[in-house]
Amino acid sequence: MTTQNVLRFVVKPAVCAAALGPLAWLTWAGLTGNLSVNPLSDLTNETGLWALRFLAISLAITPLRRVTGWNWVIRFRRMLGLYAFFYGVLHFLVYTIADRFAGLDFPDGMASWTTARNLAASVGEDIYKRPFITIGFTALMLMLPLAITSTAGWIRRLGGKRWNALHRLAYVSGIAAVVHYYWLVKADVRSPLLYAAVMAVLLGARVYWARMKAASVARSAPAVPRRA
Amino acid sequence: MLIKKPADIPYSEVTDRKLYVNRRDFIRAAAGVAAAGAGVVSISETLFAAGQPAPHGRKLDGVKKSPLSLAPEQEKTNTWDQITSYNNYYEFGTDKDSPSLVANKLKTEPWSVQVEGECAKRGNYSLDDILKGVALEERIYRHRCVEAWSMVIPWVGFPLSELIKKAEPTAKAKFVEFTTLVDYGTMPGVRQPVLRWPYVEGLRLDEAMHPLAIMAVGLYGEVLPKQNGAPLRLVVPWKYGFKGAKSIVRIRFTERQPMNSWQESAPQEYGFYSNVNPNVDHPRWTQASERRIGEFFKRKTLMFNGYADQVQGLYAGLDLKRNY
Repeated sequence: MTTQNVLRFVVKPAVCAAALGPLAWLTWAGLTGNLSVNPLSDLTNETGLWALRFLAISLAITPLRRVTGWNWVIRFRRMLGLYAFFYGVLHFLVYTIADRFAGLDFPDGMASWTTARNLAASVGEDIYKRPFITIGFTALMLMLPLAITSTAGWIRRLGGKRWNALHRLAYVSGIAAVVHYYWLVKADVRSPLLYAAVMAVLLGARVYWARMKAASVARSAPAVPRRA
Repeated sequence: MLIKKPADIPYSEVTDRKLYVNRRDFIRAAAGVAAAGAGVVSISETLFAAGQPAPHGRKLDGVKKSPLSLAPEQEKTNTWDQITSYNNYYEFGTDKDSPSLVANKLKTEPWSVQVEGECAKRGNYSLDDILKGVALEERIYRHRCVEAWSMVIPWVGFPLSELIKKAEPTAKAKFVEFTTLVDYGTMPGVRQPVLRWPYVEGLRLDEAMHPLAIMAVGLYGEVLPKQNGAPLRLVVPWKYGFKGAKSIVRIRFTERQPMNSWQESAPQEYGFYSNVNPNVDHPRWTQASERRIGEFFKRKTLMFNGYADQVQGLYAGLDLKRNY
């Protein structure tokens, strides 16, 4: 097998399957009673953490490629980014059901338009009222256009330059996700700070490289002033 | 002389030239997959050491029922496994399962409590001294965590008022301060400056004298498990759970209001009183409802955790929005 084929038929499916590991584990543990006695809280926390982890991993691809020269890692970026969105959506769904739906009253029975309206109002009010929910929801919403435009067709339609510019929203999403985590913990901020540090390195590297590039462009620019 | 000998290896077994040329990439890719797989497994394992219920302990003798308990038909009591595998005890770590996984190393015998401050009977008392002549009662209470989860717990203990009377507080004593053990050998959590150690809690003296406030030494008729604050802990059922200082080593009577650990850590979020109050939200989440452990749908949180009839007299004229 050629390296290309190894990547395509072995490594990629393996990474894809591994990325479903956390979901498989949570499902299995949830069904067999291997979560804590507050499983809804575990599901909420874990899906959120995995969204953050995949976001960090997908943002690590470009720096990894640059530092190691392994160009092939770029082939995993889209998939890993989509997994960040996937776990983010799961996180939001678990929150909607376990935190919002479970707290509703059901004056017209559970399956009713009143329930649907009240649920929407409850989610909306929570997003509006609680800053850590507002910023968490923002992190997820910023990933939505990226997920939609992740296909080859959309890259072509937008053009590489515009597509790249749009996908820099992932940086903002990463920052928002870390702030969301930091704002929700009670006193032990070690874990959120660890993720903040990882995010700072990943984004800081980009800033650094962008500056280096700007500087070298400036150096190699012709001495005569450019005409407007 | 040249001996013509057939090749040992058939051509079919010779590595494909392309693969040979790219062997380093192949090894790298394979190593990458293996590392990723191992990473996922080890992460989920370390993250998911689910709590371990406590082993059963010695049965306590002569435990009486109390009219102050919730009736079993009123609200279902949480199980031993639930109560002993999921709680906060930051000295053992900040995860809900940390106490149940780590607390077994704690040494609870011998145990003594330093009684100090504005009282006549200052001194160092062994646990046996404290329990001498004390009638143990079962108190089935609601337990409401400030994080909006709750349980119903069958504590075994005795009224805190009995201990206070024995200490003979002076006329100057207005508050009681409780201090939790700090032991670097058995409590990994105290190496982290998450809160200022030792953990300190406090009550107004009249709150402490209320018949609902107890010192707990047991659970389900047995000796209190270490993760739940053995050998001696405070239980104040109308307040958020963190007011119930665990593994108490010092009781001090003071003239001035003690500074409790959580208030010191985040004064805008945790006050001195910390009475359960569905009308005063935590700045970051609602306190109007709670999840009873074992249930899906949330319950409405009750004023003073359902003990309003008994305790609201303590707070007549006090603005509970300001004094949260």
